[in-house]
Amino acid sequence: MSILAPYETVVGLEVHVELHTKSKIFCGCSTSFGAPPNTHTCPVCLGHPGVLPVLNRQAVEYAMKAAMAINCEIAEWCKFDRKNYFYPDSPKAYQISQYDQPIGSNGWIDIEVNGKTKRIGITRLHLEEDAGKLTHTGGGLGSLVDFNRVGTPLVEIVSEPDIRSPEEAKAYLEKLRAIMLYCDVSDVKMEEGSMRCDANISLRPHGQEKFGIRAELKNMNSFRGVQRGLEYEQIRQAEILDGGGEVVQETRRWDEAQAKTFSMRGKEEAHDYRYFPDPDLVRLHIDKEWQERVRATIPELPDARQARYAEQYGLPSYDAGVLTSSMKLADFFEESLKYTSDAKASANWIMGDLLGYLNANGLELDQAKVTGQGLGEMIGLIEKGTISSKIAKAVFKTMIETGKAPQAIVEEQGLVQISDEGAILAIVDKVIAANPQSVEDFRGGKDKAIGFLVGQIMKETKGKANPGLVNKMLMDRLRS
Amino acid sequence: MSITVKDVEHVANLARLALTEAEKEQFTGQLNAILKYADKLNELNTDGIEPTSHVRPMVNVMREDKVAESLSIEKVLLNAPDEEDGQIKVPAVLE
Repeated sequence: MSILAPYETVVGLEVHVELHTKSKIFCGCSTSFGAPPNTHTCPVCLGHPGVLPVLNRQAVEYAMKAAMAINCEIAEWCKFDRKNYFYPDSPKAYQISQYDQPIGSNGWIDIEVNGKTKRIGITRLHLEEDAGKLTHTGGGLGSLVDFNRVGTPLVEIVSEPDIRSPEEAKAYLEKLRAIMLYCDVSDVKMEEGSMRCDANISLRPHGQEKFGIRAELKNMNSFRGVQRGLEYEQIRQAEILDGGGEVVQETRRWDEAQAKTFSMRGKEEAHDYRYFPDPDLVRLHIDKEWQERVRATIPELPDARQARYAEQYGLPSYDAGVLTSSMKLADFFEESLKYTSDAKASANWIMGDLLGYLNANGLELDQAKVTGQGLGEMIGLIEKGTISSKIAKAVFKTMIETGKAPQAIVEEQGLVQISDEGAILAIVDKVIAANPQSVEDFRGGKDKAIGFLVGQIMKETKGKANPGLVNKMLMDRLRS
Repeated sequence: MSITVKDVEHVANLARLALTEAEKEQFTGQLNAILKYADKLNELNTDGIEPTSHVRPMVNVMREDKVAESLSIEKVLLNAPDEEDGQIKVPAVLE
């Protein structure tokens, strides 16, 4: 029996998403990633005395959009507060955040795990500024500070403790990421830190209502890391509880290389951030008209699109789920359908050959050169009998790598399918004449021999012979 | 509500202030006097009045999302006590 069997795992996630505005939330410094250290800073984000922050309208609208997309209520009034703490990544010694009036609250998203849909509540979404980046120099003699990231707008999204397993946590993050991408408010790349996740996790005996004592996990830098960190932590806590011990409420750091969590005790004292309203920033009033203007910019979201694909194109739910997991993929699919009516064929090419190629080469869709139009046209060529499905595989690979139109590839490489009966018959006869043994085997009842003969014919024609015709004509000849 | 020396020590610790015993006594007295003065506000009836976060009547002061010029790296580092490769160097902070 698993050590986890007597317990129910309870997880809540805090996710930070960087909003991809051009400039920072309270000043005009650029937010672009990868600039030389401290070159995107100014007196405002460096926290010099006497400066005044001014709120970036776009950051507010992205936050509203994100909040609406996860079904939050939007606050009519909200304000910004100072969260006070000393750490070298924060030049002001406070972070501007939202304490008791977050921009969004009481939302939810649906996730799917093992074929079942589950609703995860969202407590709140608030807007705040990011901190700087610290690197620790060799020998532990000093730390280096880069303030470029200070003031990048962030939303923090806090879930209800509704998540019951590491798999659900991963599904929640993936869904959240897809929604943010659909809304086009962030790049949401965990590897680059534009999406970050902390987790609260506790165990309780099945049937117990009261939550167990929780630990907070930090430093999980990938979807896989979140899942593995939670898997490790639930076993660690189960072992403590089984031994009659008590879990210590503390912050723990996930160490990817060692695949363990470690206590961060000592660094964090009791939280006492002494929040108070930031006197430099006036209140925000979000009226219905502004809300509706922003709401109108939200595109059809993944769940709705998945349902529509099943309904409109008769796709299996699984296919519709894969295609809508990213908006770019879904757009690609829809683009292809302007050039072919065979939605299932398009879905198969995308899920098989296209995603297979991208995965094998570690690429993103926009790094592949093929277009939805190209795929649609290629399916058309198969339908018309211009190329066989087998040849199409090679054509499609060339399309992915070069972006050329399928018709052009077919013409350049002379791949047009041979459907001329006379031409095929000549080759059939040639192959029959050259392989008397196989012909005899077939006539003697060895059905397998036909495969060899077909193979020889395809070889003669470099795979271009129409397979249906080849089969038919070969059989006719052998039986006559 | 009254402030004790312990409260002063806690707040001083949060603010990274090193106070002498005499200062702690002094500030405890001063803070209590300030709170007592602020207590006068309790004489007002505030039923039905929403908490005020800002006294100015302005709302929605915002800027457009446009990139402006940042400081030169030389100027940025003028205030740094120590630097290395364009970064500000501080005493080691370890996780």
